[in-house]
Amino acid sequence: MTRRFPPLLPALTLLAMLGPVAAGLWGTLLPAFGHLPAAGISGPSLDPFRDLFAWAGLPRAVLLSISTGLFATAISLLIVVLVTAGWSGTRSFRVLERLLSPLLSVPHAAAAFGLAFLIAPSGWVSRLFSPGLTGWERPPDLLIVQDSWGLAMTAGLIVKEVPFLLLITLAALGQADAKRSVTVAQALGYGRLTGWLKTVFPRVYGQIRPPVYVVLAYAMSVVDVAVILGPNTPPPLSVQIVRWMSDPDLAMRLEGAAGALLQLALVVGALAFWRLGEVIIARLGRRWIAAGGRGRADPVVARIGLALGGASALVVLLGLGVLAIWSFAGFWGFPDALPDQFTWRNWMRFGPGTLDALGETAIIASVAASTALILTIGCLEAEYRYDLHLSRRGVWLLYLPLLIPQTAFLPGLQTMMLGLGADVGRGPVIMAHLVFVLPYVFLSLADPFRAWDARIGTIAAALGAGPDGVLWRVRLPMLLRPILTALAVGLAVSVGQYLPTLLIGGGRVSTLTTEAVALASGGDRRAIGVYGLMQTGAALVPFTLALLIPAMVWRNRRGLRHG
Amino acid sequence: MKQFALMAALLAPVSALADVDPADWDAVLTEAEGQTVYWNAWGGSTTTNDFIAWVGDRVAEDYGVTLEHVKLTDTADAVTRVLAEKQAGENEDGAIDMIWINGANFAAMKDADLLFGPYAEQLPNWAFVDVDGKTVQTDFTVPVEGYESPWAMAQVVFIQDTADLAEPLGDMNAILEWSAANPGRFTYPQPPDFLGTTFLKQALVDLLDDPSVLAEPATDDNYAEVTAPLWAFLDELTPTLWRSGRAYPATGPAQLQLIADGEVDLAVSFSPGEATAAIANNQLPDTVRTFVLDKGTIGNASFVAIPYNSSSAAGAMVVANFLMSPEAQVRAQDPEVLGYGTVLDVDALPAEDREAFDVLELGIATLSPAELGTVQAEPHPSWMTRIGDDWMERYGVAR
Repeated sequence: MTRRFPPLLPALTLLAMLGPVAAGLWGTLLPAFGHLPAAGISGPSLDPFRDLFAWAGLPRAVLLSISTGLFATAISLLIVVLVTAGWSGTRSFRVLERLLSPLLSVPHAAAAFGLAFLIAPSGWVSRLFSPGLTGWERPPDLLIVQDSWGLAMTAGLIVKEVPFLLLITLAALGQADAKRSVTVAQALGYGRLTGWLKTVFPRVYGQIRPPVYVVLAYAMSVVDVAVILGPNTPPPLSVQIVRWMSDPDLAMRLEGAAGALLQLALVVGALAFWRLGEVIIARLGRRWIAAGGRGRADPVVARIGLALGGASALVVLLGLGVLAIWSFAGFWGFPDALPDQFTWRNWMRFGPGTLDALGETAIIASVAASTALILTIGCLEAEYRYDLHLSRRGVWLLYLPLLIPQTAFLPGLQTMMLGLGADVGRGPVIMAHLVFVLPYVFLSLADPFRAWDARIGTIAAALGAGPDGVLWRVRLPMLLRPILTALAVGLAVSVGQYLPTLLIGGGRVSTLTTEAVALASGGDRRAIGVYGLMQTGAALVPFTLALLIPAMVWRNRRGLRHG
Repeated sequence: MKQFALMAALLAPVSALADVDPADWDAVLTEAEGQTVYWNAWGGSTTTNDFIAWVGDRVAEDYGVTLEHVKLTDTADAVTRVLAEKQAGENEDGAIDMIWINGANFAAMKDADLLFGPYAEQLPNWAFVDVDGKTVQTDFTVPVEGYESPWAMAQVVFIQDTADLAEPLGDMNAILEWSAANPGRFTYPQPPDFLGTTFLKQALVDLLDDPSVLAEPATDDNYAEVTAPLWAFLDELTPTLWRSGRAYPATGPAQLQLIADGEVDLAVSFSPGEATAAIANNQLPDTVRTFVLDKGTIGNASFVAIPYNSSSAAGAMVVANFLMSPEAQVRAQDPEVLGYGTVLDVDALPAEDREAFDVLELGIATLSPAELGTVQAEPHPSWMTRIGDDWMERYGVAR
């Protein structure tokens, strides 16, 4: 075997991902234990934690963080599993897949705004039926959005995570030999859904587990969705941390840093809890499989799953529809179902600004995502050629940037970049984006890449192909779909980054997301409509391509279309 | 080798003349030409954003200064940034050249020596500023001492939807009575949003018989006693608020959206012309009007400040000076544009400029200067900080 492939890449990848995280965490750890020389405070002391635990809102904030995270993850996973189990391979599934996939690119903030405006007492749903059916001349005073239990926020997270998990599941399906397994199960008398759950799900879950963990960590520490849909008396912990961190009184950063460490501990705890749940479900599942039930309730359950999946797609689509209406709206008061007049004025006002931001967004996202893709493929290939295996503990390193709340290490990272004189401008922002883009790309691609049948490589080698030939002419083409999916995920992740762009760019780098979130704080729905639609478009195109290109390239290779 | 030379050229720090003298205006103009000024300003108001974009066009035209608006969600982010830069030893070329600032953020930056200056009173257009009539030399009672230059005057007004609330309300107790009779129809932005804390301060100033005690820093001795009427008022008011006080709008504009949605009928604003501008932008129904309280309302100035480590201080001063020019001030006061009050002494202006102010239409929902009545002083920042913290303890966490 030639040694042309540099094993340097894995090291480089780890450095790009973990260096900033480690530096950032150090910058959080010190103030959490009372050491912040910039504010004239030196430690160590436990006062920050004492202050944190003295905050009256803490129990609720912690509870919100945990409950929204666990519920959002569990429910979105359930929906995805039921839909895939009950319908994969059918026409309904293809329709739903086409509906949901582009929704992945809808920025969280835009989706959240759409949802808020649908379900609020003065929202679109209420407007459609008022005053005709409801008799409401004025909206009722009901706490639906920003409810104390975080239900609206959980719903907002679910509608955004379902498309993500579905795409990841689709990418994994090709490696799970799903079709044959289900056919065999059906031949043995199992229903489609039960057969899929019993034969395919264990294999698929093994592959999608990392993204599921990421969803859990993300849902527990999300900021933008929580600000729009979540309660604010008190807010979830992540929002409160950002508030502490941005308090003009520097001493508050100590409390914020302590809160960030607590958030980290919560995420770790929730992941452990989830892992325990996996073990229990696996045990129960084995018993369920052995019991041999053929799944008489399948049609009903499958229909419920489809309805839930359809509903979650519909919510986002209607939300986008409302955004579109707002972007053209003149005055639009309650209870009118549509604005008084439609106008181009909003687009004239905000359009030029969105184009500038779009250019910046595109440059940053494409550089970050393709760098991440090259590093990832390099890593995985090196792993394959040199038979390197990340230990179980080593694998966790990959997840660190995604499992550690952004608020916990970004301010520290900013300080580090300043110290290197590398702050401000596009380059450092791309590097910061890489920290978040890399793991997503890696996680999206690693399992399909590893699950590739190495015997095919052996056959190719037997036919005279060198390692590079196997890689370029066999493996990568066969993995076209997961590769493009990973690239699209990377692009979407980069497009959606808010805190890294703002902090590392020193505010000088304006992407669609930083502009949209800044506008969101003002609540001008017309501007949010324009920016939200532009942002959606920016991430929509790559995902469309990720679906279209394999279908076109492999139009005469049926076996490769899902691989 | 060639690449190396290129990289070196790219990486070489731009030599910054940090000690540009504001008094030598010609030198400032010369140095400013070609500079890029990153103005960090709250980006939540689309009307303000449009105004800043216009300022950018104008200073590029006249002075060759490029203005970039960095849209913040919270001014404190900029303060944090400058501090982080100082911590990292970035003393020459910070990311921020100018900040829209006042109150506690200014006090914090001035305290920590993070500001360039003094420069404000050396700017040519300072000559027209209404130093006697407007609070431009103190900021929330903190002396400005030339470390920030004013560009707009703000005063608290209340926005009412006359379709549901026909008559102005004269004082805080009238607001309480009305809210009790019409539960769920009033709210205010959630502190620590500055407009939310402003409402709390306004309530306190109005409830006290003698608010002069607020001019001095709050002490442990007098704080509880002075603020007691405020908490009694809020305890009564909160259950009658929108969503029974279990949720609040995040910002002022979000609160305006609630009026447009028909969810509330009364809102607080820190800009007398905001309502008119919002009607023009379809953000509010045209049934909206404004009023002030019988005893008057709090007023203050909006400033811009330059961080100590800006590499474009000259350019920033040019922008700051332009903001105080009659041309910019007339435009800011135009209710179709911003509706901000001017910092200038209009009567002292040359006839031509004065006329530009005189011909401005106030707009249907804007009060005339006479109708705006007495401008009350801002309390010392220590009051705001403590009241904000206490509000969060009392109403900002689950009850």
